[in-house]
Amino acid sequence: MKPKLMVHMANQIADFFAAYPHEEAVAGVADHLKKFWEPRMMRQLHEYIAQGGEGLHALVLEAAQKN
Amino acid sequence: MPLLQETDYGTPLSVINTLVTLEIDGQPVTVPAGTSVMRAAVEAGIGIPKLCATDSVKAFGSCRLCLVEIDGKRGTPASCTTTVEPGMHVRTQTPKLAKLRRGVMELYISDHPLDCLTCSANGDCELQDMAGAVGLREVRYGYAGENHLSAPKDESNPYFTFEASKCIVCSRCVRACEEVQGTFALTIQGRGFESKVSAGGKPFLDSECVSCGACVQACPTATLNEKSVIQMGVPERSVITTCAYCGVGCTFKAELQGDQVVRMVPHKDGKANHGHSCVKGRFAIGYATHKDRILNPMIRAKISDPWREVSWEDAISHAASEFKRIQAKYGRDSVGGITSSRCTNEETYLVQKMIRAAFGNNNVDTCARVCHSPTGYGLKATFGTSAGTQDFDSVEEADVMMVIGANPTDAHPVFASQMKRRLREGAKLIIVDPRRIDLVETPHVKADYHLALQPGANVAVINALAHVIVTEGLAAEDDIKERCDAKAFELWRTFIVQEKNSPESLESVTGIPAAEIRGAARLYATGGNAAIYYGLGVTEHSQGSTMVMGMANLAMLTGNLGRRGVGVNPLRGQNNVQGACDMGSFPHEFSGYRHVSDDSTRKMLEQDWHVALDGEPGLRIPNMLDAAVDGTFKGLYVQGEDIVQSDPNTKHVTAGLEAMECVVVQDLFLNETANYAHVFLPGSSFLEKDGTFTNAERRIGRVRKAIAPMAGLEDWQATMALSNALGYPMNYTHPSEIMDEIARLTPTFAGVTYQKLDELGSVQWPCNEEAPEGTPIMHIGKFASGKGKFMLTEFVPTDERSTARFPLILTTGRILSQYNVGAQTARTPNNIWHSEDVLEIHPSDAENRGIRDGDLVSLASRSGDIALPAKISERMQPGVVYTTFHHAMTGANVVTTEFSDWATNCPEYKVTAVQVQLAKKTSEWQQRYGEMRRQNTRILEDDAVMAHGD
Repeated sequence: MKPKLMVHMANQIADFFAAYPHEEAVAGVADHLKKFWEPRMMRQLHEYIAQGGEGLHALVLEAAQKN
Repeated sequence: MPLLQETDYGTPLSVINTLVTLEIDGQPVTVPAGTSVMRAAVEAGIGIPKLCATDSVKAFGSCRLCLVEIDGKRGTPASCTTTVEPGMHVRTQTPKLAKLRRGVMELYISDHPLDCLTCSANGDCELQDMAGAVGLREVRYGYAGENHLSAPKDESNPYFTFEASKCIVCSRCVRACEEVQGTFALTIQGRGFESKVSAGGKPFLDSECVSCGACVQACPTATLNEKSVIQMGVPERSVITTCAYCGVGCTFKAELQGDQVVRMVPHKDGKANHGHSCVKGRFAIGYATHKDRILNPMIRAKISDPWREVSWEDAISHAASEFKRIQAKYGRDSVGGITSSRCTNEETYLVQKMIRAAFGNNNVDTCARVCHSPTGYGLKATFGTSAGTQDFDSVEEADVMMVIGANPTDAHPVFASQMKRRLREGAKLIIVDPRRIDLVETPHVKADYHLALQPGANVAVINALAHVIVTEGLAAEDDIKERCDAKAFELWRTFIVQEKNSPESLESVTGIPAAEIRGAARLYATGGNAAIYYGLGVTEHSQGSTMVMGMANLAMLTGNLGRRGVGVNPLRGQNNVQGACDMGSFPHEFSGYRHVSDDSTRKMLEQDWHVALDGEPGLRIPNMLDAAVDGTFKGLYVQGEDIVQSDPNTKHVTAGLEAMECVVVQDLFLNETANYAHVFLPGSSFLEKDGTFTNAERRIGRVRKAIAPMAGLEDWQATMALSNALGYPMNYTHPSEIMDEIARLTPTFAGVTYQKLDELGSVQWPCNEEAPEGTPIMHIGKFASGKGKFMLTEFVPTDERSTARFPLILTTGRILSQYNVGAQTARTPNNIWHSEDVLEIHPSDAENRGIRDGDLVSLASRSGDIALPAKISERMQPGVVYTTFHHAMTGANVVTTEFSDWATNCPEYKVTAVQVQLAKKTSEWQQRYGEMRRQNTRILEDDAVMAHGD
């Protein structure tokens, strides 16, 4: 998928969980990614983060470390 | 079975609980208080002659044929309008009554054509029956006097005629239009001898009539009669089945002569429709035998090649070898499939099983992805179950209805009639919709509030409503304390009371005056039983799942759950979209909404299916297309879906399909997706197979085979053959065996069997040991998950915003006469009402652009552009335009974008920034696609290449 779209989708998830206390928000994003993103999408996300993760919501960056 | 003649009890069932015992013709009868004498007699097996009475409408007492004598009462009262009393002695047959009835019949027949032998209703005419029942032997009056025998015939409606010369002015049609359908299109015009049934003084086609068929069904003569009956004669056998159109799931009697369907008649025992129907289910059946049906399997090497007809064996073998080749070359996860919401539960279950077991991955998805996937996510997060909470009949006890992002009179017309009935009884109505839908103001119904919000502001509105209820002390605190998770509620309360969520703060976002939101919130919270009904205007947004949670929060906040008259009710789009979801069609869930990572469920399935299963989620439809463009997804099996027409951003969809090496489409027709397919497997219509559909109220109803599959195989048999060819054996001999497996492996379906469905008619899941006859109302006493969970619903504006380049917002939707991608309805005379998609635009937006009604306009977004005719409409608010996606060559989804719901990837169909301008010709895409379509639908026939349909 286009990186821009991937970032948009990941950030939308973070926008939802951002309303929660920080720990719950990170866990929420991590759990959502694990439950609904197919492994190749997760691989793309991790590779994108490894290259700097430009534009990703801070919650996504933190959550990705848990998956 | 032979033709099923349902008993007509003459008047509706009384709902009073107390019983009354009386005597009719010396026979003791016990019935509920409030029952008419006529109905009591019928229940005792005693028929009383009648003409103006039928049990779908209230007693009218006009025909004077159902007279009886009652001891102690003067005269001869009409049995339809006389209610039973304890100890009453009724006589239905006396010399006096016989004389009176014969006199009445003589008068009727004196103004009726005596053409029984050539009449289309011969053998199915109550007037004829009554003449026999009363022993009419002569008509003394002759035909010399004034009569109605030359009254004109109205044949304007494509499905039925109105033959006024045969009308006895019993008013059954008028009352059915009012009481059953709620449209009030018919009336009795004139007085005395001049009285006649009129569709507002216009031909039926030009009137307010919505062609639901209620009048035709109510008519006791040939006055209102189906054209198919006129053409073919009366049917000889019935098959009870479930409609294949919307999520209401009406029960129908398919009435046939041999293997020819004469007509579809709504079944009175249908628990979703109670004998009512709409124009689609009742009449739009011609697609099933349309010349466009493809009846032979076909293959081709490249999508630009013409199709070549082959045997089932060759097609299946080719498809299987291609999938195996692709997996060997690109990996196990390079293929997947899409199940159909138009197919049966058994078929969707089998497709997802084949993908998980034979493909060995979880790359399975379904069209719920683009409609109600947020419903599943949002309701599971809050209530613990991915389904609506009520049965349809629950609306009979609703005091307040909040209809959000749904247009029931168009998309769920039979349930809309039930809603309107309750509204006419006095229930209050709140509508949340950018458009002025029909329910805002329709005969005898007027919304108390129409919150005409800006598209994309749903969550802001639901938060504002909740804010008012909490801050004004209207919350059901005791109920919340007892039933909901306290910690989650406190967190939510702290969030919702913030000033940012007040109607005043959100006014600029919602576009709704704060006072209106406050009024609506107070009505919802304090007006008695309050029920939410919602549709795709909720789910098809970037915050679709958040909005579903917001509505669930609102219901929990006000204690509107766990009893009749309340609840959160999704109005599902397609006939089996609930079932497709239930059956494990999502890439992250097995049947019964159990996540693929759940070890115990997976192990149980592995043992039963004798195969190892993947514990990681698979790709959703948009993810599959993205992966195809990326080069990692190469093969797709699509059963009964048309993603090229229905899914967003058409150019992206077709780019994904073009990047694949094997696309297998199984459908009734060469749909738009088939233009990109390499294998075509002919599908079977709902008339040609056995199975079950599950409607929006979780009701599992039987689909029964009325005729043999025209292409030789039922859809489940084709899937089974493909699975066997792939190397994963399936050996079912009947869909009932598939249902037995579903029940064995899915706790919510544990008690479902075909035998039970035959006995009860239908059941609503959960159906198991705790609820052996099903569960009409969910969450009574406690939630499925134990405690209800309030979820935080921060409003996040969509990134799709109007700009100087694209200053308008487009929303897309449906209309009454067409269904989804039009594959079925666009191949019927329903096109007379809607032959093309049009763009509805507000007069001021049109005037600013110099657009007049009917002008061809271009509709452009950042995704693409199309051209279509404009329809100037004050139903729209300024700045918002609307169109449908029913016709392939319009290409409405060329314009929609890749943006989607954050949780489920449900497309954001309801918000696309667009520009509208006058156009001189169709768009480049439309021209190019038209040419490609002509090329890609060619079929080799007898060594010649024929464009399909030539």
